[in-house]
Amino acid sequence: MTEKDIYNRYQRQIILPGFGEAAQHRLGQAKVLVIGAGGLGCSSLAYLTAAGVGTIGIVDDDRITLSNLHRQVLYGMEDIGSLKATTACRILQEKNPGIQILAFAERMTTQNALEIIGRFDVIIDGSDNFATRYMVNDACVLLGKPLVYGAVSQFEGQVGIFNLANTDGRARVNYRDLFPELQSDTSIKNCSEAGVLGVLPGIIGTMQANEAIKLITGIGESLANRLLHYDALRSSIYEITIMPGKSSQLFLPKDAEAFRQTPYNVVCDRIEQDLEIEQATFKQLLSNEGVTIIDIREVGEIPLLDSIAHIAAPLSQWTNKIPAFPGDSWICVCQTGKRSATAAKLLFDTFGATKKIYSLKGGLLKWIEK
Amino acid sequence: MNVDILLFGQLAEIIGTKSIRLTEITGTKQLADQLHKTYPALSRHLYRIAINHILVSGDIDFEEDCTVALLPPFSGG
Repeated sequence: MTEKDIYNRYQRQIILPGFGEAAQHRLGQAKVLVIGAGGLGCSSLAYLTAAGVGTIGIVDDDRITLSNLHRQVLYGMEDIGSLKATTACRILQEKNPGIQILAFAERMTTQNALEIIGRFDVIIDGSDNFATRYMVNDACVLLGKPLVYGAVSQFEGQVGIFNLANTDGRARVNYRDLFPELQSDTSIKNCSEAGVLGVLPGIIGTMQANEAIKLITGIGESLANRLLHYDALRSSIYEITIMPGKSSQLFLPKDAEAFRQTPYNVVCDRIEQDLEIEQATFKQLLSNEGVTIIDIREVGEIPLLDSIAHIAAPLSQWTNKIPAFPGDSWICVCQTGKRSATAAKLLFDTFGATKKIYSLKGGLLKWIEK
Repeated sequence: MNVDILLFGQLAEIIGTKSIRLTEITGTKQLADQLHKTYPALSRHLYRIAINHILVSGDIDFEEDCTVALLPPFSGG
């Protein structure tokens, strides 16, 4: 793009007071990495592209499904089944050929995180699970990169910037100053279990892009070390200043080698390896003798499991006593396989010596899709 | 001591409302004890407490008419 093309394209923001060609130039020189090209990512990516961020990276190993389309607005019907990172890259590059967009269609792991994150100036967290969030947070602390955090659930969302020096000299904070330890918490439902209003990641993702643009250009006030909480139902905002916590340092990996050894997924992995069964295995087991299907979802969760004989045992009622069931083989099911994995682990810890315990990988949503 | 408690995320589902006003609570420990007693499911949930928009740790006393927010972790994207 020529200087004149750049001016013509971005003129409406260049003429803003406090912005100017200097700010546009800074955007052109900036490198922003967006982790996750889902609900949050689609929105932040669209506006970073439009604003003229010179280099944008996209990390996502997931593929587009029909149920994404109500909130992941970059994608259309013809994109179902395609990789999110490469599809988003193609779509955004067409929108703005003057910038560079890099697709990393791979899962972020401790083996690639430092190398990928190290290539960028500002990191935007648009991921959908705690393991990735903690991993990205720790990598940003190690590498000294500002992290624009964003998260949504149902009708509420949060956005904030971690790991940025304050102008008043207060210490930087990171996500572990908020929640020090990575917990595999059964009570936190993800989007496919709790649901999410389509506009919500749109709003939060766009706010993340706004924070990144302010950081890069120097305009306005950033949400450095603050968390902005948004309630879409009430259209209300509540801001929280995060103070450094005593225990966050305990849990942060000390250096790159310690980071690479940190088992962010160990709880999930152990369950996955031992107790999870594939959909095809589930189908076979259904016709076996002595097999009991246990639906651990809460009352009211749909779709109903009408086609398979089962026992309804909501997981929330297991706090006082782990229930026992008839038969020799017990298969726990839920929406996506996440809670049923936890239920299966609880049953295994109690009855594993005498019963075969399983959890349906991918859950009923995947079963019904077939 | 009048204190407004705001509940974010799935905590509001457990308590049944997004905000409650309490009159007999003097600090964060007493608040947690009281809420966990009335709503046992809350004790299974992780959350942080903010007083007047500032995140706090430990047992902190409330001032009259302060706002207290209970914030669970969010992970969706």
